[in-house]
Amino acid sequence: MNHQLQLNKNGELLHLLTIEGLPASILTLILDTAESFTGVTEREIKKIPLLRGKSIFNLFFEPSTRTRTTFEIAAKRLSADVLNLNIAVSAQSKGEALLDTVNNLSAMHADMFVVRHSQSGAAHMIASHVKPDIHVINAGDGRHAHPTQALLDMFTIRRYKQDFHNLRVAIVGDILHSRVARSQIHALSTLGVPEIRVVAPKTLLPNKVERLGVHVYHDMEKGLRDVDVVIMLRLQNERMQGANLPSNEEYFKYYGLTPEKLAKAKPDAIVMHPGPMNRGIEIDSVVADGGQSVILPQVTFGIAVRMAVMSILAGN
Amino acid sequence: MSQRLPDAEFLLTELIKQLTPITHESMAMVGIHTGGVWVAQRIHQALNLKLPLGVLDISFYRDDYSKIGLHPQVKPSALPFEVENSHIILVDDVLYTGRTIRAAVNEIFDYGRPASIHLAVLVDRGQRELPIAAQYVGAVLSLPTNNMLELKQQSDGRLSLGLLDVKLAAE
Amino acid sequence: MKLLIKNGRLIDPQNKLDAVKDLCIAEGKIVAIGSIPTEFTDCPVIDAKDWVVCPGLIDLSARLREPGLEYKATLESELDAAAAGGITSLACPPDTDPPLDEPGLVEMLKHRTKSLNHIHVYPIGALTQKLKGEKLTEMAELRDAGCVAFSHADEPITNLHILRQAMYYASTFNFSVWLRPQEINLANRGVAHDGEVATRLGLSPIPVCAETIALSNIILLVREIGVRVHVCRISSAESVAMIRTAKQQKLPITCDVSINHLHLSEMDIGFFNTNCHLIPPLRNLQDRDSLRAGLIDGTIDAICSDHAPIDDDAKLLPFGESEAGASGLELLLSLTLKWADSMNLSLIDGLKVITQIPASILAIDAGHLSLGAAADICIFDPEAYWKVTPSTLKSQGKNTPFMGMELPGSVKYTLVGGNIIYQRSN
Repeated sequence: MNHQLQLNKNGELLHLLTIEGLPASILTLILDTAESFTGVTEREIKKIPLLRGKSIFNLFFEPSTRTRTTFEIAAKRLSADVLNLNIAVSAQSKGEALLDTVNNLSAMHADMFVVRHSQSGAAHMIASHVKPDIHVINAGDGRHAHPTQALLDMFTIRRYKQDFHNLRVAIVGDILHSRVARSQIHALSTLGVPEIRVVAPKTLLPNKVERLGVHVYHDMEKGLRDVDVVIMLRLQNERMQGANLPSNEEYFKYYGLTPEKLAKAKPDAIVMHPGPMNRGIEIDSVVADGGQSVILPQVTFGIAVRMAVMSILAGN
Repeated sequence: MSQRLPDAEFLLTELIKQLTPITHESMAMVGIHTGGVWVAQRIHQALNLKLPLGVLDISFYRDDYSKIGLHPQVKPSALPFEVENSHIILVDDVLYTGRTIRAAVNEIFDYGRPASIHLAVLVDRGQRELPIAAQYVGAVLSLPTNNMLELKQQSDGRLSLGLLDVKLAAE
Repeated sequence: MKLLIKNGRLIDPQNKLDAVKDLCIAEGKIVAIGSIPTEFTDCPVIDAKDWVVCPGLIDLSARLREPGLEYKATLESELDAAAAGGITSLACPPDTDPPLDEPGLVEMLKHRTKSLNHIHVYPIGALTQKLKGEKLTEMAELRDAGCVAFSHADEPITNLHILRQAMYYASTFNFSVWLRPQEINLANRGVAHDGEVATRLGLSPIPVCAETIALSNIILLVREIGVRVHVCRISSAESVAMIRTAKQQKLPITCDVSINHLHLSEMDIGFFNTNCHLIPPLRNLQDRDSLRAGLIDGTIDAICSDHAPIDDDAKLLPFGESEAGASGLELLLSLTLKWADSMNLSLIDGLKVITQIPASILAIDAGHLSLGAAADICIFDPEAYWKVTPSTLKSQGKNTPFMGMELPGSVKYTLVGGNIIYQRSN
């Protein structure tokens, strides 16, 4: 089982499981294609017939309304038939489940699976066991990867900053548990961002994180100095107090994005967040709703990016 | 390769001649990527049309997507005028099977319901597979099916026609 | 019943023998080496030309999955696999279902194995009842039933008081206690080494200190109590250094490493290869190199297969949900040869850690080719390579990180008590 699983022998994308190992040309192709789809959402009929007759199954082994909804909208705008399966809810018993579920759905002639699972590697495992004409999109696996989120973040950065080659980007918060951060780091470095920083207390950073090619900061004001892009990560409820952090209040004081801390970044720096936000914990409302925030455009672009990924995969 | 092809610039002049009498204030023009846009730009300029030129990339509407996948360089479509109730001249370089025009008409309707669509092409090479006809045609040519007729744009903007052997082109 | 093994290269680490000689077996024992007594002129012969004839291998850790876990493997399948791997004696940890914590269970296991292919099975008794780490087992009774040592398999003993008491009790009878060092709260349900790969793949990490802190506790308790302890399956360079120091202080500690940790590192996980989900986790290349070197300088005493056959369903899961462990009985010889070869070790030095030394850790009379010794013998072709595939493995567990690889050393015959229990077809 390896990452080459994602590409066919012509180097075309068969599955989107992780950003790691994908060439910049494929990332750029996805972003360019997404650019064409942004127009579709502004038309009278927000739908194109590209995936007419295709069946896309949203397999969500972990609850997520937002991500599932954006995939669903994207699929529907491409005229695909979408089935949502919330397997977490339908009491999947451990063990038997995963591959059996997938095999059953394959037998129903699925063309594409969009998979969200709490375990790292789940999408890889599914992709390595489906029939060759079925495509798998990883919509988040454990702490490992969330490639479409990272791509929509890259799309957003490109919209506002045009070029990746002269940027300083800071990712702030719970890097340890974040699949989003891992995918962002791979995407940013593949697209040529020269300086990627991670900012977090030591309890929220994985061991050897610098091997991913990032600079580590524990002091947020230093970490944000002169950056062009600030990406805030969501702090999961269960991490807010206990062995990772003592309290929300202390976290906000030292790692929450306030106007004062943002002032250390470049004046035209943009602020991003994958959502949903914890206002007053990782980000101050003044910043979240302020002029530098591009958090809502991120959501809009997310649909175009997912349309692009789906239409590229289904055609390969 | 030795077949003599008409001069594209001459055909363009022909087309403009045909369109001049019907030009009116609210006429909209849409070119199909890539050759059709080049032709449409020239006509649009010559006729001095008021409404901005629209462009279509019909990649998302192609009927061979399931066979060949998504075209790698999809360009955004843009119809920068109100499509509803508009009178549209759709422009392409070569009319052949009619499938591209079918896709383009479908895409236009996703922007709104035009009052009319007329088709203008530089060359009609016959061999239609769909019931589609052009109202304005630069020239009608009969070509072997293994030849691809290609419009080229020189750096000075001048247009020319060329023939490609399909088998050679595929290599 | 007589048997003559002719022309083989006899290698016996204990007797420092490495020479082409004939070996004669009668009544299950080795009766002559070199000169062939006249009564062997007419008996069955194995021509071992170009092959190595060595003591049957001794594996310090092989899970046979009985009682209770027959869906993973059975005694029949796993003892066949052991025979195919040239193994003639093996120790099995107590983590069966139920655990080996009562004399009746041990007697049953001994009885079942005797009826099969005669491989010597040495049960390791549970150190605490149900391996729950709460109450001591009847160790003396278990010894009488056949247990050769006591362990906690991979189950944690969270209460150090219980561990200390168990060690004191075992030392009363001079029993050996086998422990795999793991501080369960630091392992924190992790599934991979706390390093680059776990960070990249987003796998829950197990830090090295989960092993070294537990090992430190064990060493301090050995120093206090004087109990004989065998440390099972260390995985890190730091552990090697700690054991080295403890041995310099003459503490009664021995130690083993698994075939997997000797050859692999976290990098082999690649993209979520669940066959590399092992306990302890595969650590980094420096750790692996320290283990390989520690085995040469004697800090680590022996190599074991750490055989853990697992059904496909339990491996066909996302990495973190898959069951840890690898099949190893049939790889023990090959992976030992591969290690020895890459370290420029002679065959006799390489074979020592899977024959003579594990025999002394188990305190059994085995693992040598002395005159009068039981004829437990492995005959293999050291030059032949074989490919690890689901069909070449007899074990019911097809789970190994070495699947698909070509490995050196092909077992031709395995003899226990002079009986041929395995003969390679072709």
